[in-house]
Amino acid sequence: MKLKHLTAGLAALAVAAPLAVTTAQAYELTIPSLVYRTGPYAPGGIPFANGYADYFKLLEQRDGGINGATINFVECETAYNTQQGVECYENTKGQGDSGALVYQPLSTGITYQLIPKASVDEIPLFTMGYGRTSAANGKVFPWIFNFPGTYWDAASGMVNYAAAIEGGEDQLKGKTIALVYHNSAYGKEPIRTLEELASKHGFKLELLPVDHPGQEQKATWLQIRRMQPDWVLMWGWGVMNQVAVKEASSIRFPMDRFIGNWWAGSEHDVTPAGEGANGYLSATFHAPGADFPLHQEILEKVYDANMGAGERERVGEVLYNRGLVAAVWTVEAIRKAMEIKGSNEITGKDVREGLEALNVTEERLGELGLPNFTYPVTMSCAVHSDPGTVLIQQWDAAAGTWRVVASGIEPDRSVIMPLIEEDSAAYAAENNITPRDCN
Amino acid sequence: MEFLIETILSGLMAGVMYSLVALGFVLIFKASGIFNFAQGVMCLFAALTFAGIMEKTGLPWPIAFVMTIGVMVFVAWAVERFVLRHLVNQEPIILFMVTIGLAYVLEGVGDILWGSDVKVLDIGLPSGASDYMLDNFNIYVEKLEVFAALIAAVLVGFLAIFFQKTRIGRALRAVADDHQAALSVGISLQTIWVIVWSVAGFVALVAGTLWGAKSGVQFSLSLIALKALPVLILGGFTSIPGAIVGGLIIGVGEKLAEIYVGPIVGGAIENWFAYMLALAFLLVRPQGLFGERIIERV
Repeated sequence: MKLKHLTAGLAALAVAAPLAVTTAQAYELTIPSLVYRTGPYAPGGIPFANGYADYFKLLEQRDGGINGATINFVECETAYNTQQGVECYENTKGQGDSGALVYQPLSTGITYQLIPKASVDEIPLFTMGYGRTSAANGKVFPWIFNFPGTYWDAASGMVNYAAAIEGGEDQLKGKTIALVYHNSAYGKEPIRTLEELASKHGFKLELLPVDHPGQEQKATWLQIRRMQPDWVLMWGWGVMNQVAVKEASSIRFPMDRFIGNWWAGSEHDVTPAGEGANGYLSATFHAPGADFPLHQEILEKVYDANMGAGERERVGEVLYNRGLVAAVWTVEAIRKAMEIKGSNEITGKDVREGLEALNVTEERLGELGLPNFTYPVTMSCAVHSDPGTVLIQQWDAAAGTWRVVASGIEPDRSVIMPLIEEDSAAYAAENNITPRDCN
Repeated sequence: MEFLIETILSGLMAGVMYSLVALGFVLIFKASGIFNFAQGVMCLFAALTFAGIMEKTGLPWPIAFVMTIGVMVFVAWAVERFVLRHLVNQEPIILFMVTIGLAYVLEGVGDILWGSDVKVLDIGLPSGASDYMLDNFNIYVEKLEVFAALIAAVLVGFLAIFFQKTRIGRALRAVADDHQAALSVGISLQTIWVIVWSVAGFVALVAGTLWGAKSGVQFSLSLIALKALPVLILGGFTSIPGAIVGGLIIGVGEKLAEIYVGPIVGGAIENWFAYMLALAFLLVRPQGLFGERIIERV
């Protein structure tokens, strides 16, 4: 009889013990990170992934997680391949207590595949400055966020910078602006906006596509040499950027009239051209460098503890900072979601609400250790991309650094907003979506 | 007129760069009948190793270059020892598929050894436009490409002598014709394969270095093989002069097409135009311009 009781007692203990442990464990937040550390685009993917990972590592080290919940950070390698990206999404979306909270697909191709999936799975996509531009309309795309700016904001900001250097918008009349672009959905994104701006300001737009991967661009730059445009804008990625900068330097095109978009303005884009790249410009939406309190904290608490995702000396590179700011905004949205729900046990659906209520002011950026690093962002139900303000940075080859030469460049929203409305309305009609009635 | 000359010159120079990659394919195909899918990755691997050795050890480039040749010889030995030796007399398609696997292995090993970042290959190669041509004739010619043309000329001369005048060269050709017949007259297939893969590795190092100096050494270098394929189709898979002439025709053809036809049809046509040009040649000469016509009795 005693043996029977003892057996029953042990069995009960065996069942109850894991339950007791489970209830004592903190809620786990799953943060998937789709990265490309391998393949032809890895030089751009690695620093972004490192910046993104290091911020979550800092939160684990410093705070033990986010508001008492632990972090389950899951990296998945996409190699910048759409199919692999979708597989990563499917493999990670259901992980942990929370399921995946938010995805940063890091590829326009993967983003386009995930847009319909995310809506069904109720997981927000944060396509920071890439992906489908018209997703800025939250009424049609409730699950997609592409703040702080779209490709159309970037195109307009780059033209406005050119106008400022020329002496005003009216000075663009009669000028020629050439667009050298990756011959893909990504590269073609700014064309419509630039055509509208060309018609508004009276400049001539020359379109010069470059096929993937862009290793050979001689024909493109011979054409530029012949047409002698006043400005060259570039929508490139990967080796296309390095070759273009080198070719521009070879044909003696003035580098301070050559502006890349924010995916064509990192250190590895310019270093192969050496001195020839000096003066090259690129759009961006955050500062370069590691002279911010947050970077110092990461170095002390993460790198000094040998827990950094990358090399110490690369903290503060342009794409590292982009990954970092993506992580900062993501975490702010998670905090906002917890605040709205009144609990740290949140899901992707809650994070979407957190993103729509996001309000990261300059004061808050200062508290986070990033004073004057980027622009404040304020989201709403209807507005999923704001403020669209552009910075222009310039490469100093001798110092080996980027420095910001123009800030606060506002995009021409009078041109962009109707285009966003038109494109998102077409998407809604194609997909039988009834736009939400909200502001 | 100046612009047309400039376009043709640029096409010729670009063509030489394609030919350098195509040469590696020709060497292996000529000596072993294998279409080496991994040739592009070999260019990448060689250039990565060269840049990586300099970056990690700080050794001067000539020493790093020689060390890289040693690595490529080791790769050739390993390919023969662990792959080809077990596949003697197999169907060409099997050997081709093996080289696809080899491409992935080399890419992975390169990544593990040297990382994925862009490496700057600063070994003092000439770069930028020729000031002389630009200032005196207003014609843009890139110095690196002129240098590449000289290197290609030296390489072709060396390889022509090697294949035509040396005992090993003749043995290589015998192996290409028939593995078993070559074995029956006492030619060591193993040694021949190691030699030819080593020479192809050396050519890959030269091509990878010149392309790497152009854009930085990075993983997209492996994709330059795509530029060599139309050259091979046009020039023939077994002809070294064919690789050069084919490269020149493809280079000029694609540049003229991109600049004069591209704007009419939306641009970015040079990649597929090169294949169109090569296929058009195939209709007239299926073996390519300089390829050997194979007659098989049944």
